[in-house]
Amino acid sequence: MKITSFVIPMVVAVVFVYGIYKKVDIFEEFLSGAAENIKVAFDILPALIILMTCIGMLNTSGVVAFFTNIISPAAKVLGFPPQCLPLTLLRPLSGSGALAVYENIITEYHPDSFIGRVASVIMGSTETTFYTVAVYYGAAKVKNIRHTLLCAIAADITGFVVSCAAVRLFM
Amino acid sequence: MNYSFHSILSCKHEKGEINIKYFLFLSAVLSLIFAAVNGSAEGLSNSVLSASQDAVQLTLTLLGTMAFWGGVMRIAEKSGLVRKISALFRPFLKVLFKGINESGEAFSAIVMNITANLMGLGNAATPLGIKAMKALAEEEHSNGTATGNMIMLVVINTASLQLLPTTVATLRLTHGSSAPLDVLPAILFSAACALTVGVTLTLTINGISKRKGRG
Repeated sequence: MKITSFVIPMVVAVVFVYGIYKKVDIFEEFLSGAAENIKVAFDILPALIILMTCIGMLNTSGVVAFFTNIISPAAKVLGFPPQCLPLTLLRPLSGSGALAVYENIITEYHPDSFIGRVASVIMGSTETTFYTVAVYYGAAKVKNIRHTLLCAIAADITGFVVSCAAVRLFM
Repeated sequence: MNYSFHSILSCKHEKGEINIKYFLFLSAVLSLIFAAVNGSAEGLSNSVLSASQDAVQLTLTLLGTMAFWGGVMRIAEKSGLVRKISALFRPFLKVLFKGINESGEAFSAIVMNITANLMGLGNAATPLGIKAMKALAEEEHSNGTATGNMIMLVVINTASLQLLPTTVATLRLTHGSSAPLDVLPAILFSAACALTVGVTLTLTINGISKRKGRG
């Protein structure tokens, strides 16, 4: 039994207990929160369909393998599994695209394999950088974003490189 | 992954759409050429026919988890748990946002935005972040140029802050992982390293440009 197995049940218990303590109607609130996310899941679907189709085409036609082969010598030097490279390329650009690539990786390689774990850590420790930048600055009507992208991308690259080291370190 | 849906929905955004358009165009054309050269047209054709089904399958796989955590986190919001946790982060955030008005609207929105991100409340985090950006733009007279604190807020939001990666855990479980969350320490370590680099670099460059501005 791993200690991480307690994390989820603990969170749920704490939230429910605190909700009852604060006299929140936890059933009703749960329903409205759950309903909102069900709507979101279906809102995502059209985008997911087109992106998964494109990624599937790139995979089966050999385009992904071609580009992965080009970059893989550099990745190998860093000890980075080349199979995870497509994920690092798409991760900062598109959330649903990255989700599709991630699912492909853990379908092809087992989620508990080294490749599957590195992909999981990349998914869990990085974000859709370009989208966030566009939304936030769009809202604040900012045109000159100065060193934002430099700092955000430095963080992303750190996340990719460390993901691989972290799997070796913690597993 | 901060399973914030704003990130999953990225392709819906106006600016993002330009990138996505090129991506669609390139993937259709390149795939066709590569399939002709490699003789893999049959596989390509099959993948076009089956991929949309995979997308539906993926949505169904994630639907339950998304709904469940949406419900749990709504309780956390309504009971004031999120606000309570946010009080813990105030002192740390004061250090990162230099010269910010601590009692101002911007800072309280920043604190709530970052807390919501940590708890995986993507739906709630984005509006709070936008509110914080607008308030910052006003308080710091940005006039279309990002101020140091605005850059800090965006850089923190481009990092993954979610403490409990439920989407990753669900997909790992459905694909046969024996302990889906055993990657949690590695995820948190990697996310913390990325965030540290982003924040340190932002603080450093903010500091340098401020000194230059004065000199």
